[in-house]
Amino acid sequence: MTPSRLNTVVGGAQVLVCCGSGGVGKTTTAAVIGIEAARRGRRVVVVTIDPARRLADALGLPDGLSGDPQRVPIDIGGDGELWAMMLDTPAMFERVVRAHAADDEQADRIVANRFYQNIAGALSGTQEYMASEALHELHGDDRFDLVVVDTPPSRNALDFLEAPGVLSRFLDHTAFKLLMMPTRTGMRMLSIATQPLLRAIGRVVGSDVLADAVAFFQAFAGMDIGFRERAEEVTALLHDEATRFVLVCSPQRDTVSEAVWFAGQLQEQGFEVAATVVNRLLPHFGDGTVTDASNRAETARERGDDDQAALWANLAELRLIAGAERDQLRPLAERVGEQVLIEVPRLPSDVHDIAALELLGAHLFHESEPGG
Amino acid sequence: MSNVTVAELAATNLVIVAGKGGVGKTTVTAVLARAAADAGRRVLVIELDGKRTLDELVPDLEVRHLSAAELLEEYLFEHGFKRIAKRLASTGVIDVIGTAAPGIDDLVVLGKIKQLERTGQWDLIVVDGPAAGHAITFLSAAAGLLDAVRSGPVRDQATDVAEMLGDPDRCQVVLVTLPETTPVNELIETSYAIEERVGVRLAPVVVNQVDGATNLPDPTTVSFGRALVQVDDAVAAATFRRERVAAQQAELRRLEADLPIRQLHLAARPTAHLAPSDIAALADGLAP
Repeated sequence: MTPSRLNTVVGGAQVLVCCGSGGVGKTTTAAVIGIEAARRGRRVVVVTIDPARRLADALGLPDGLSGDPQRVPIDIGGDGELWAMMLDTPAMFERVVRAHAADDEQADRIVANRFYQNIAGALSGTQEYMASEALHELHGDDRFDLVVVDTPPSRNALDFLEAPGVLSRFLDHTAFKLLMMPTRTGMRMLSIATQPLLRAIGRVVGSDVLADAVAFFQAFAGMDIGFRERAEEVTALLHDEATRFVLVCSPQRDTVSEAVWFAGQLQEQGFEVAATVVNRLLPHFGDGTVTDASNRAETARERGDDDQAALWANLAELRLIAGAERDQLRPLAERVGEQVLIEVPRLPSDVHDIAALELLGAHLFHESEPGG
Repeated sequence: MSNVTVAELAATNLVIVAGKGGVGKTTVTAVLARAAADAGRRVLVIELDGKRTLDELVPDLEVRHLSAAELLEEYLFEHGFKRIAKRLASTGVIDVIGTAAPGIDDLVVLGKIKQLERTGQWDLIVVDGPAAGHAITFLSAAAGLLDAVRSGPVRDQATDVAEMLGDPDRCQVVLVTLPETTPVNELIETSYAIEERVGVRLAPVVVNQVDGATNLPDPTTVSFGRALVQVDDAVAAATFRRERVAAQQAELRRLEADLPIRQLHLAARPTAHLAPSDIAALADGLAP
């Protein structure tokens, strides 16, 4: 077995971004990459969005993860370290606000505002934005030399790349400029009353909700420049050579098409897909064909040996699915190149212990044998 | 599809299919729509999020695509923004409103669905709900806005939508999962959250991709006679499959014990890409 492309990636990268559609095993892949990198002596922190309980259990963290990095209590050996944290979007947002605020009073005023709370909790793209902020923060943290990020299960994987600019773009619109107009006493209400745009907004959402928005923008005044600069830094980090992208998918047509599309988008924007992981491929079970197995099933059936026929028919069926799954991967292999495609077999049951994670690691870091 | 299921679906006007990414929500939407249409019902399928998968899966059924962004523009146009409607997106009005009143984009989608439901043009509307963890947020949009907005058109819309969601004769939610540990855990959590926060009736849950090979013989007890070539492969394949089936059955029993809602099982199809014929076969075979 030759080592897979991930070996060079975990050796040299400072940031690894795992992306792909929901339900393809991204979080597990991020964890397995983290374990392996730590074994190679790196000080790794894995940032996940919503780790399944079973994965936390498998990592020896039965109480789950918190918003701050904590040491993962599994045996790494050597000098490496494995840390993990869960992205806490509202807490992260508050930290960013406090970092940019002139003083505590300004930060408190913003954080208490309902319009702000809506931004932190519900503005589309906020989770991706905070994931990118976490990435930036951890990259600058001396405790770690590799940050592995599991991206949020967005509808569109590109959201993550555009995430750093979410708030800046949001603040660029005319409507916000109106809301942020300099406010001398009495002028603010006057402007709402005289602006047809703001009047119309007030009619739909109610005047108290609009008042919250105005109060937010007043409190936020002066901070937008800091946010913009920070967004540029995060974007620069995503484009840095030390940042690598790992695409994750499963062998179903829709997730493969999404991966193909995303790989194309990454390449267009000048990013390189360092490795593409295809999770949960059904093993092929030997070098034989579907026909080999179905012929034997037929022969056994003619002999009246139903048990043997059932076993051959099962082999035929699993090989058929395994073949169909590999057919689905063809467009992806064409897009990213065969050599970056890493196949990880489906295990008969869920990943629930460290042994299963080790097994996945063995597949991720070594190329599987042809057809195997 | 069993008659029980058809009767259950016929008892409501609208079924919203929900579940985490990757569990096969769209497949289940197609199968339920197919089954109802085969039983002679007039069916409308609604797809959200700009996907176009259902047109392929049920090519002969009526499929509508709803986009939250377009519906929100339409809604604002009708509610006081006529003159400035063209500039809504570029001026950021949509973003301000979406942030000032979170959930309004979901509400306009549900409002549109409610409007279609009220026409009485269809016996059953099946909605392929929003992806990922968005389902609970989507369904609680009306309740959230009722708390936040005290008067005006948004409140009226939210009232109407909440009324529809709370009436099991008009609307029910089908939750989808896979027979695996994590999806089952998530289904159980989502069920309780939906019951508590939304108050919508849960229809039977659908477990997708259930492996039906429960009678595969134990390969260690089977004699292969003189055959040698590929026997190891057949044994490995059977061992793998039996282990997977046993794990799935354990998950199904756990789901039954932890969630007192009837389960419907969809069989795993031997393919990596479902075709309309697979949907038809699944609709035929849907069994409790």
